[in-house]
Amino acid sequence: MTGANRIAGAGRLTPAKTARFSFDGRSYTALAGDTVASALLANGVHLMGRSFKYHRPRGVVSAGPEEPNALINVSRDTARSQPNVRATVQEVFDGMKVGSQNRYPSLSFDLGGVNDALSPFFAAGFYYKTFMWPKQAWASIYEPRIREAAGLGVSPTEEDPDHYACRYAHCDVLVIGGGAAGLAAARAAALSGASVILADEQPELGGALHFDTGAEIDGQNGYAWAQKTARELVGMENVTLLSRTTAFGYYAQNFVAMAERVTDHISRPEANAPRERLWQVRAKRVIIATGSIERHMVFADNDRPGILLASAARTYLNHFGVAVGRKVGVYTAHDSAYEAAFDLKRAGVSIVAIIDSRMRPGEGLLEQARSLGIEVFTDHAVIATSGRLRVASMTVVPNGGSAKRKFTIDALITSSGWTPSVHMFSQSRGKVAYDAATGRFLPGHYVQDCVSVGTCNGTDDLQAILEEATAAGVKMAAESGHDGAAAATPAGRNLFAWTGGMAGAAYGAGPDDSVKAFVDFQNDVCAKDIRLAVREGMHSIEHIKRFTTNGMATDQGKLSNLHGLAIAAEALGRGIPEVGLTTFRAPYTPVTFGTLIGHARGDIFDPTRKTPMHAVEEANGAAFEDVGQWKRAWYYPRAGEDMHAAVNRECRTVRTSAGYFNASTLGKIEVVGPDAAAFLNLIYTNSWDTLKPGRCRYGIMLREDGFVYDDGVVGRIAEDRFHVTTTTGGAPRVMHHMEDYLQTEFPHLDVWLTSTTEQWAVIAVQGPKAREIVAPLVEGVDLSNEAFPHMSVAEAKVCGVPARLFRVSFTGELGYEINVPADYGAAVWEAVAKAAEPFGACPYGTETMHVLRAEKGYIIVGQDTDGTLTPDDAGLAWAVGKKKPDFVGIRGLKRPDLIREGRKQLVGLLTKDPNIVLEEGAQIVADPNQPKPMTMLGHVTSAYWSENAGRSIALAVVAGGRAKLGQTLYVPMPDRTIAVEVSDMVFIDKEGGRIHG
Amino acid sequence: MLLIHCPYCGEDRSELEFRAAGDAHIARPANIAAISDEEFADYFFLRDNPKGLIYERWRHIHGCGRFFNAVRDTVSDKFVMTYKAGEPKPDLSPAPGVAPALPADSRPVETYEATEGRAE
Repeated sequence: MTGANRIAGAGRLTPAKTARFSFDGRSYTALAGDTVASALLANGVHLMGRSFKYHRPRGVVSAGPEEPNALINVSRDTARSQPNVRATVQEVFDGMKVGSQNRYPSLSFDLGGVNDALSPFFAAGFYYKTFMWPKQAWASIYEPRIREAAGLGVSPTEEDPDHYACRYAHCDVLVIGGGAAGLAAARAAALSGASVILADEQPELGGALHFDTGAEIDGQNGYAWAQKTARELVGMENVTLLSRTTAFGYYAQNFVAMAERVTDHISRPEANAPRERLWQVRAKRVIIATGSIERHMVFADNDRPGILLASAARTYLNHFGVAVGRKVGVYTAHDSAYEAAFDLKRAGVSIVAIIDSRMRPGEGLLEQARSLGIEVFTDHAVIATSGRLRVASMTVVPNGGSAKRKFTIDALITSSGWTPSVHMFSQSRGKVAYDAATGRFLPGHYVQDCVSVGTCNGTDDLQAILEEATAAGVKMAAESGHDGAAAATPAGRNLFAWTGGMAGAAYGAGPDDSVKAFVDFQNDVCAKDIRLAVREGMHSIEHIKRFTTNGMATDQGKLSNLHGLAIAAEALGRGIPEVGLTTFRAPYTPVTFGTLIGHARGDIFDPTRKTPMHAVEEANGAAFEDVGQWKRAWYYPRAGEDMHAAVNRECRTVRTSAGYFNASTLGKIEVVGPDAAAFLNLIYTNSWDTLKPGRCRYGIMLREDGFVYDDGVVGRIAEDRFHVTTTTGGAPRVMHHMEDYLQTEFPHLDVWLTSTTEQWAVIAVQGPKAREIVAPLVEGVDLSNEAFPHMSVAEAKVCGVPARLFRVSFTGELGYEINVPADYGAAVWEAVAKAAEPFGACPYGTETMHVLRAEKGYIIVGQDTDGTLTPDDAGLAWAVGKKKPDFVGIRGLKRPDLIREGRKQLVGLLTKDPNIVLEEGAQIVADPNQPKPMTMLGHVTSAYWSENAGRSIALAVVAGGRAKLGQTLYVPMPDRTIAVEVSDMVFIDKEGGRIHG
Repeated sequence: MLLIHCPYCGEDRSELEFRAAGDAHIARPANIAAISDEEFADYFFLRDNPKGLIYERWRHIHGCGRFFNAVRDTVSDKFVMTYKAGEPKPDLSPAPGVAPALPADSRPVETYEATEGRAE
């Protein structure tokens, strides 16, 4: 037996297949195909959660994704634990552990329930108004405590061991929703020859046909027709049918995101199966067949466990074979609840009474009720219920009257009508329109290539739905270029044509402000809260929503929107369409982070770029730093060395012997063509006409506004060929910048640009012994000062490999940069290392590179400049061609602000105490005793301990800096004020002789 | 994610392959070194921010690498058309009597006007 409330012969599950699961430590048996909700109901468990704010006992309300109450924690094992799962969606698998949430110590006795007694103090906006003082306490005390008490589930603490997949798909027609409308539309489109994707959130297709046993299509039961049609679609080559797949986001140009739950229903999933799969579908046409969601009645204490939607009770009975109670009351303003009552009655459940707020139910219902022996009270209202952990009674009065009748019940099913699910349509940026006749919002103006069919489009009659859906399938297929065989429209028949519906609070649920008539169960929003919001001055529906939290979070207005809107409209004295709907947002239902992230986590979260020498450096014990996506060797610690000691040693070694450095990440662009020099004349401030093949020049590139954009050494390989280097971080944007000008402003120039950053491995050898180390490896170039002076470039062979050899220096020492094809990088690096060994030379990393260049006052664009420095500010005015007629930035440089006196200029700083190393970014002032706010003169851009200078050094931008040489300035820090002297930017070898070795 | 038609590749490709590059049809003055501060400000700093059609430059950076021009509707985010760099600016002002792309009563949600405009 799988539960006392399982009705023999009812439902579609097989009693032969069972699964064991536990709920709060107690073991239960389910049937295969059960959801957690249906299995618990079968065992007579209605109490499944506690509400968010008041901690009221709550039971299941729905049988679908709109469920606001039955949020549970599902775990497979210790690492696989997921909070906030809807019990109405989660299928039971054998061995699953389910826990209730937001209660302490237990679900039936929850200390937080005291909030309910205190609820007069917890009105809407309570938190905003109460926890305002002291200000600091919000972040440290109030918010964490409130979140703890008003929490949902608890996040798992262990890393998610599952993996998630993603897939892109293109199709002619995407059908969202696999109920009667979606199936008919998909079938028609597929028969026309269109490629079709049909997605439905449930395990089996059919939508409302799950519960609506009165529906008949093509002479058979509607659900059976749905399964037959689904099988037919699965057999078609041009159809992809995705069950357990929720379309949750509708983006521009028919781009729809869908989450497929692949293994969450399986007891022992295959190890290589993803848990969930993200589908990103681009469809030529989209057919929205999302159906509609039943609304509850808004009346006093309508949230007790055992009070649920009529259609949910019908689903539990007709699909799962579970009776939601034995003595069931019905409270409705819509005909659909009658059919639920009829089905339950026929299954042997006692229907205590149908309370209908309307005078006149739809045709034939009263007769049917009478023949089944069900008492109906029209024009009546339920004004109270009782029962702490399960509803026990309902109190009924005539509308407007006060003669009370109390009925003993153990379940109460309600319906106030159906809300078309316009979420996807609204997300597509379509505009909804209010249909006054039926009191609902329907798709109005379309913005994208989609169409709505079925009850989400306001079409209620089954035959009309099938006709509309079939026509839409044919039309959408034709619009995507497929005019194949047209499908015959299936013939459909409902038992009853449903009428009725209301939005807002029922009689007896206000306007006094003590009755708790819930509008939004999940956020504990009552009718009185919405009225309070209006009284307190919230007149826009968007403000009312935020003040009360109605329809926020995962509900996204599924159950609460129309009720909340109607109550607000009434309180405002305006019509519903004038008040307007709030925005529907993606995701339609919650989506796990895993699904969104897919494979992009851990090592493959972001691409990692490694140089050809990476493995060798790693083997040599290098510490690496991230520079953009690059991994760069930071320093090479030897046994017992910390970073400071290693860097000091590397710095000393380069200046006394030599060092070698992996400069492969340097940006490189090959500029080729008859107009290459003319092009560089326009891109750089320097002049390139005078640069002879075999020579190099340091170039500066500006933006049009005159600020320094990038710098680097450019070598002229031939008349029509330049080897351009850029900063490591600037390589892509410099390429983009050059292409932009070449393609759009200077298209008359005959030039080709090729990024060669990753084609060349670069080894810089720097230091007095550099020539002696490099010379034995080089063929074809005379390395003497006379033949190959500073700023030379030559094509040569190094270690037998074709190479470009540069005589350049970023250290101020005699230096060479060996460029070899990337594949030879590691081998040449090892050859250089071997050649360097006899001289006591060592490899050095980026930290030493930074110190050595700062010792010489060589700037790093992006560190010592920040996009507001001109070449003159940086002390590089010499690199701007004075006679050039044009270059990018030539006009910007003449702007009044760029030529005024007192601009910030790059200078050196020497601390009075040579042992203090300044902090990069620290501010500089002239008068340390000036009251706040002090006048900032500039800031420190680079600061290091220089082992070679035997003291700390720094570069800084200082207003009017070059005129302040020798002056004392101050760097105020939190704990002290540091006195500094303004100096020039060269701290080692001021004469610059060493570079010419 | 938008689909963008590259006029050089002749393909609709994902927005991921493209990079926006500012307003189109703003030519760098041939005599740029000689223009006044005001002319330079007009050329370099000042841009319109239209509600409706905007003419933009885009680059198919992860495709053919070419810069091209596009007309986009800033209200709907839709690309109306794309065309090659150097081609003349198309005239897309609606003919008299032709309805605008959005209905007269349409309004963007969640702007100040949308939420506050009608509140008492």
